[in-house]
Amino acid sequence: MASILAVDDSASMRKMVTFTLKSAGYEVEEAVDGVDALIKAQSRLFDCIVTDVNMPNKDGITLIRNLRSLPDYKYIPMLMLTTESGVEKKQQGKAAGATGWIVKPFDPDQLLKTLKKVLG
Amino acid sequence: MSQFQQVFFEECFEGLEAMESGLLNLDIGNIDSEVINTIFRGAHSIKGGSGTFGFFGVADFTHVMETLLDEMRDGRRKVTQTAIDVLLGSVDCLREMLTSIQHEQNVEEISVAKYKQALEIELYGAAGVRASTLPSENNSKKEKAEVKILSDDKAVELSQQGWKIAFCPYLDLLKTGNDPVRMFRELAELGELITLANVQDVPGFYELDPEECNIAWDLKVLGESPLAEIKEIFNWVEGDCELDIQPLVVKSAKPALVVNKAADAEPVITLADKPASAPGINADIIPDTPATVPQHKREETKSAIKASSSIRVDTAKIDALINMVGEVVITQSMLGLVGENFAMEKVGQLKKGLAQLERHTRDLQQGVMNIRMLPISFVFSRFPRLVHDISTKLGKKIELKLVGEQTEVDKAVVELINDPLVHLIRNSLDHGIEMPAERIAAGKPETGTIELKAYHRGGHIVIEITDDGHGLDKKKLIAKAVEKGLIEENSIFTDKQAFELIFMPGFSTAEQLTDISGRGVGMDVVRKNIQSLGGNIEIISELGKGTTIAIHLPLTLAILDGQSVAVGDETYIVPLVSIIESINITEKMLNKVAGKGETFRLRNQYIPIIRMHEIFNVRSVNREKTTEGILVIVEGQGILCGLLVDDLLGQQQVVIKSLEANYRRIEGVSGATILGDGSVALILDVPGLMRFSNR
Repeated sequence: MASILAVDDSASMRKMVTFTLKSAGYEVEEAVDGVDALIKAQSRLFDCIVTDVNMPNKDGITLIRNLRSLPDYKYIPMLMLTTESGVEKKQQGKAAGATGWIVKPFDPDQLLKTLKKVLG
Repeated sequence: MSQFQQVFFEECFEGLEAMESGLLNLDIGNIDSEVINTIFRGAHSIKGGSGTFGFFGVADFTHVMETLLDEMRDGRRKVTQTAIDVLLGSVDCLREMLTSIQHEQNVEEISVAKYKQALEIELYGAAGVRASTLPSENNSKKEKAEVKILSDDKAVELSQQGWKIAFCPYLDLLKTGNDPVRMFRELAELGELITLANVQDVPGFYELDPEECNIAWDLKVLGESPLAEIKEIFNWVEGDCELDIQPLVVKSAKPALVVNKAADAEPVITLADKPASAPGINADIIPDTPATVPQHKREETKSAIKASSSIRVDTAKIDALINMVGEVVITQSMLGLVGENFAMEKVGQLKKGLAQLERHTRDLQQGVMNIRMLPISFVFSRFPRLVHDISTKLGKKIELKLVGEQTEVDKAVVELINDPLVHLIRNSLDHGIEMPAERIAAGKPETGTIELKAYHRGGHIVIEITDDGHGLDKKKLIAKAVEKGLIEENSIFTDKQAFELIFMPGFSTAEQLTDISGRGVGMDVVRKNIQSLGGNIEIISELGKGTTIAIHLPLTLAILDGQSVAVGDETYIVPLVSIIESINITEKMLNKVAGKGETFRLRNQYIPIIRMHEIFNVRSVNREKTTEGILVIVEGQGILCGLLVDDLLGQQQVVIKSLEANYRRIEGVSGATILGDGSVALILDVPGLMRFSNR
């Protein structure tokens, strides 16, 4: 089963994402912000990145931009978790190389459905 | 989901605290954008989480805060003191909302609506709010129109037999991780998919860049799939490709059929309904919250109960514990090996093993106690807000300095010390620091300072509250005490004794009681609370310069350093902190005082003797002669007293077991412990014992 790196500075969101994904059989690792995620993503290869946008230290968009520049992550799907208000954010995210987005609030089914979209 | 709600609440409260301290730190006119960002992030996280966990009232409320903060962050809006105050109020309101939800109580809708309106006025101005709050005639008309359009749409959708899609990706489409193959797979789930690849733009092999997408596709999806679902599949690549979606019309479509289908297009109406009701502000959204709660009622109750006693522990502390447990296991297996075939020559090994076990047990004990230790910042962090609010109210300028916030103290102490500290700080604010004009006249800086400081000393934590106000006036204190009839006129007091007066019940020096400090609970209650924690409080003050109030507290309430003493066949524990010294007594040091029992002279001081075997009714070996026992001199609330015991047994750390929980409260005894041989020993409460023996 595919491995996923879940990045969020909010522990409750992180736990919810992890729980949902693990229940569906995915292998999940957590990161608390962009800096942590970048280190973890370089220590092994993930099949997909799911990241929050607003985070301290390094935000989700910068994280995606950094990861895209790594040869290993050139084509890896990267999804951002964003609030509905962020049309602008979506554009910024896409420019940074985000594959797509999941609009918050979302329920576990939506998350799984979206992941299925990129992981098959 | 409910298992994460607890984490969510904890996080929210942390976030609120961060927002609060951020708001208090905002310096108008010199805005630090990082601080605004932190505040924004707090609101943003709460909004995201509350939506996901189904607390829509909270999400709705934070949305307004977020919008306001977002504009401040971008510099589109000026940060004003009113805005900060409104935001601070909203933080309080949110905290109440979340607490109510956490404990499954109804949210106070009226106050929530009030704060929300205040936020909206700040955001849109008073006129804007009225327009958006009241659902106008216009709105509902628009709503109807929307429904109609959507129904029409549906009619068209359903009339044809599928969709024709021209999909021409730009070269860079693959670079965002999107993959046409995956998208086609999704399309295939909607209906039969026919793909036709157009490869005329694919360059020759040598010019081919495999990272670029050179193929275009003509797709046909057969069946009655809604346009929205098709569009959603291409949602993420919008702007990265040329896309044209057209209905695939088949000649046999009958107009009659269209009308029919349009009539039963109901699901779309509910869909259009949703955004239309969302802008209806105020009350109609808020009731959602209590309504959704009962569904998870059972699980939530459980987690709420757990919450009240949960504690967050640094993982490093847990790792250290696991490490120690490992050591204990190794020692245990070593001892097991020694015991299996025991012979006298193995005594050395046995002793070594036991010594190791003792060391590990001690480490383990310390490690476990460590888990209960929290930094005092848990208490201190609430005070900047308190000082801000009160000093604004009083019209004083006051700066609060926090020192030693990372000093660790037992969780139980943290919980119990809050109220006494609040009282003391209110006192400093209200009575200690002078009004700005008064300060300038006294040659002091206009802004007063209150320093809150915590540090470890010995086995204690010391918390000091220092202000640079006008200090305690000895003459005034004495006059007041006389007026209240607490002391006799013309009594002579040292400074220290005079300051002690404020701890007397019924004493209050403020000429006028204000709602800040004069609340009926006086310093006597503060002192009693601190003493019940096993601590004490002292005052150092200089007239015109300021006052320092120092609180000494034990680091933990669960373990006590004690001296075990023997009285007959019983063992008692005397807290080590209250012992001054222990001496053998001689006949000539004793004095009999008529009606007052025995006293004992120690360096020109007469000290009453408490015969332990009489108090506890135990058969003592030296019931007849006082001189055969040992006198343990103890201090309780500044008074010395001698406890007559038969023997001193040794010093040890004892774990306190509550008597109240297992039996009932007994005067003179603060608890019990279990000794090495399994018997129970009572732990003495020295001040209580003195009161008891005086009767």
